[in-house]
Amino acid sequence: MDLAWLAAGLGAGLTVIGGAYGIGKLASSAMEASGRQPEAAGPIRTSMIIAAALIEGMSFFGLVVCILLALKA
Amino acid sequence: MFSGTAVDKLSSAGDTLHSAGKNDSGWIMHHITDSRVLDFQPFGEIHIPQFPVVFGVDITPTKHVVYMWLASVLIILIFGFVAGKYKKTLIPTGIVNFFEVIIVFIRDEIARPTLGHNYAKFLPYLLTVFFFILFGNFLGLLPYSATFTSNIAVTATLATFTFIITQLGGIRSNGLIGYMKGLVPHGIPSWMLVIMIPVEILGLFTRPFALAIRLFANMIAGHTVILALIGLIFFMQTIFVAFISIPFTLFVYMLEILVALIQAYIFTMLSSLFIGMAVHQEH
Repeated sequence: MDLAWLAAGLGAGLTVIGGAYGIGKLASSAMEASGRQPEAAGPIRTSMIIAAALIEGMSFFGLVVCILLALKA
Repeated sequence: MFSGTAVDKLSSAGDTLHSAGKNDSGWIMHHITDSRVLDFQPFGEIHIPQFPVVFGVDITPTKHVVYMWLASVLIILIFGFVAGKYKKTLIPTGIVNFFEVIIVFIRDEIARPTLGHNYAKFLPYLLTVFFFILFGNFLGLLPYSATFTSNIAVTATLATFTFIITQLGGIRSNGLIGYMKGLVPHGIPSWMLVIMIPVEILGLFTRPFALAIRLFANMIAGHTVILALIGLIFFMQTIFVAFISIPFTLFVYMLEILVALIQAYIFTMLSSLFIGMAVHQEH
């Protein structure tokens, strides 16, 4: 009965929920802004990709901690 | 992943799983982490010869070091050729055209907006780090090769370079005292300085740390997912899983190509942003 594996699994799941929620909100506002002003779609898309990569970087922090936990067990 | 002994510890974790009766997943770690053997199974493997110990440090090249050398040689050859072509004529043709598009993209979209008027001083570093990470990420997608950007030591070194260049650029532009004073925004009440100074100094160090971890984790996660999806076929021990597993793997593989490009771009963009924030310290 090793709690580290349980912690790693729960942690990875929660991390994915947080990251996906953030990127989902980002994408929805980017879609809305593109719909309002189609000629600004290019710069909006670029900023969306950058912000998505940064949010994903945050969720990878949690992922690295979970991997360390899973390998320690 | 972190050192030679850590590689042994990780593979012994797989052995523990195996001896506990569960499936052995140590092979995933073996494909991702560094090793002293370049394996081209089933054609054989190349054992890297032992190098001498210099000042107490064993400088034997590992798999990631060999691929770093390969990427460096590729960069030197390709860009030596491109630069040589520019000596003859400013009009690009063929492959020079392709690299000019990328170089102009980095200069106009990354360097100029963030660095302002003295972008030319930092542009060589930005171009070098972009193409090094790009070549590294793409080399990792070929069969039988390794991704050296999935090694925390490599990404931490690149982030350290960014950190050093940021600090040196900021100190050279603003002077040591001016740079320190410019870290906190002016016009704030003095009781907030107690909080702002530690926060800003901490922020100096967390930003390169985040750069390193972002690139490292993106590369490791992509390769782990691909290996795990393929390993699912062997875990389930039926061939019918392959009809689901291989299309998913192909999709993740295409995503990995996109992530390779995006992560190189993000690393360069954030490096340039940090250098710009240190050199032009108007809050």
